[in-house]
Amino acid sequence: MVTAEVAAKPKVKKEPPVVDVIFENCKGCNICVDVCPTNVLVLIKVPNKWEGYIAEVKYPEKCTRCMLCEIECPDFAIKVY
Amino acid sequence: MSKRMELYSGNELVAEAAIAAGCRFFGGYPITPSSEIAERMSKFLPQVGGRFIQMEDEIASMGAIIGASLAGEKSMTATSGPGFSLKQENLGFAMIAEVPCVIVNVMRGGPSTGLPTAPSQSDVMQARWGTHGDHPVIALAPSYMREIFDETVRAFNLAEKYRMPVILLLDEVIAHLHEGVALPESDEIEIVNRKKPTVSREEYEPYADTKDHVPPMANFFEGYRYHVTGLSHNPKGLPSTDFEVVHAIQVRRQKKITEHLDDILKWEERSMEDAEIAIIAYGSIGRSATDAVEHLRAEGVKIGLFRPLTLWPFPEKRVAEIARQVKRIFVPEMNLGQLVLEVERMAKGDAEVIGINQVGGVMIRPREIVSRVKEVA
Amino acid sequence: MTFNYDEYVRTETIPHMWCPGCGIGIVMKSIIRAFTALKWDKNDIAFVSGIGCTSRMPGYMDMNTLHTTHGRALAFATGIKLAHPEKHVVVVGGDGDATAIGGNHLIHAARRNIDITLIINDNAIYGMTGGQYSPTTPPHMIASTAPYGMVEPNFDIAKLVMGAGATYVARETISKGIMLEKYIKTGLAHKGFSVIVAESTCPIQFGRRNRLADPVELMHWLKNRGVPKTKAAGMAPEELQDRFVTGELFRDDSRPEFTEVYQQVIDAAMKKENK
Repeated sequence: MVTAEVAAKPKVKKEPPVVDVIFENCKGCNICVDVCPTNVLVLIKVPNKWEGYIAEVKYPEKCTRCMLCEIECPDFAIKVY
Repeated sequence: MSKRMELYSGNELVAEAAIAAGCRFFGGYPITPSSEIAERMSKFLPQVGGRFIQMEDEIASMGAIIGASLAGEKSMTATSGPGFSLKQENLGFAMIAEVPCVIVNVMRGGPSTGLPTAPSQSDVMQARWGTHGDHPVIALAPSYMREIFDETVRAFNLAEKYRMPVILLLDEVIAHLHEGVALPESDEIEIVNRKKPTVSREEYEPYADTKDHVPPMANFFEGYRYHVTGLSHNPKGLPSTDFEVVHAIQVRRQKKITEHLDDILKWEERSMEDAEIAIIAYGSIGRSATDAVEHLRAEGVKIGLFRPLTLWPFPEKRVAEIARQVKRIFVPEMNLGQLVLEVERMAKGDAEVIGINQVGGVMIRPREIVSRVKEVA
Repeated sequence: MTFNYDEYVRTETIPHMWCPGCGIGIVMKSIIRAFTALKWDKNDIAFVSGIGCTSRMPGYMDMNTLHTTHGRALAFATGIKLAHPEKHVVVVGGDGDATAIGGNHLIHAARRNIDITLIINDNAIYGMTGGQYSPTTPPHMIASTAPYGMVEPNFDIAKLVMGAGATYVARETISKGIMLEKYIKTGLAHKGFSVIVAESTCPIQFGRRNRLADPVELMHWLKNRGVPKTKAAGMAPEELQDRFVTGELFRDDSRPEFTEVYQQVIDAAMKKENK
């Protein structure tokens, strides 16, 4: 699957968290942006068949790997490694 | 060797035959005049390791038997007019999802609550067209005690063979009539089981076209993990609105019937060889008609009987032949004219078709048929 | 670490059909995490639904899936469970499907205490048909068939199924996916009829008509209506007006389960017959 943003490399423990947004699945509902306690994500305009928005990982370094965005995403569109 | 004669009612025979045919699940709801079937199933199913449940309503009992069948059990429900009306939506589900099951409708006077304890044959067209949408139907209508047993077994076999619901139409007369009957030994009963897939899960298509148009059916929990839906679907079972896919699968479902008519159609003929007049009758009125033919033959009338045991699909070809042979066809039935419409359609004007109809809850007696035949002659 | 949902999903069917911000996806993911936590074999699960937006969920799940007629999922599921009492039978449905057209089956499944888990995605509206009011639409809210506001009183689904005999009942909003997963997991493992009410959102059909079209705003509105059980205990009835209590609301492990009782019937009948 195509990913929007890949912050850092391998998925090994103690590595900094990596937040992936899966383009094809994201419908731009903004829920992840709202639930993130450290404001890692923002909504950006894109041309797609949904509402014309998707989530973007803007400040990956702020991620605390709390997983809230992944849990609350209704669209199987976020993965936090 | 048949067992010795024993006394049974028609309803009791349905239960006996169902268990003999391998039925191991019954979901029902009390309704006159079919309740004895549920009562007997509740007693005998657990004795053979089967399960009975009285559901909260008619709709639920139809749903439960479809669920049990998908999980691999041969399943049945029994009802009468009002209940048959309530079951129609889920009956359509069994047709589109191609789930084998048997629905017994002991016909009583209608519409609505009608005549709960009196016979009729007024659900014949409902059996054909009761649920919405185009769909194939198999409906059987026995007349005699041993026939009730044999046709019940056949209903299960056809359901399994063609992966579809089969409707067994009784009427209150034969359902409650007690008569002596010799039942077959279990090794004399032919039992058909659903065809199972032989391919892997990845290759399995639960709704694919096959040579016989009946795709193999995996049961739930056998590792195939497929999708069953009442939505129009593709061969994999997933929802589809693609014109070609939907059209093709609808046509295939019809072909399950239209390309196996020789296997599904069944009838009895009496004195038809030189007949100039024919009677077409079914269910309990098939018995009255048999007597009427014997009586009229004794008086020298060249009359014969055609008694279909398979009402749907309708034996179109044979009825058309009969119409070409005879000058007149009488169709006595306990309704205001239902199967007679099919007879007229197939007669195409080759023979005069006359209905003998009665709906007051009293069966049409042989002498009434005899006098009507003489009246016209 | 990221969670792998693919084990229980027909991945070729994703993205799903639900609208942006629809809560059903959150419920579906909670169910999958609960299956994973219990290590349930997908070959042993029958996943059954009726008709409606929520009822499209089985199509996306990689298990034995059955999408039945409107309201009738529990009836079909009862047949499956009786045919195979040793397998897992799980039902999902919306508020209209489960409590309006399916209301009779709901109370009778609860009465029997049959070992089926029902997860209701309660978004208080008929979404698929265009936003008509349901038995759980809150008072005064606008629906396409309640243009002057909802005039009928609504169901408290949890109280309804408790009264009817369900032996595990929990409720949580979709804003707490972790708790939802926990209650679903407990309900799945519970022997008997368990009901988990997921208070959910429909931004399009419910939200747009009620100035809550923004999924985030709607979710906050929903979250604020929920009152945790412990907090509710100290609140007056009028304070709980138009709100709902969340948490594990009821549990009874003492009532016999239906298929186990029926197995005793079979054992006795077969013994008698073989004497």
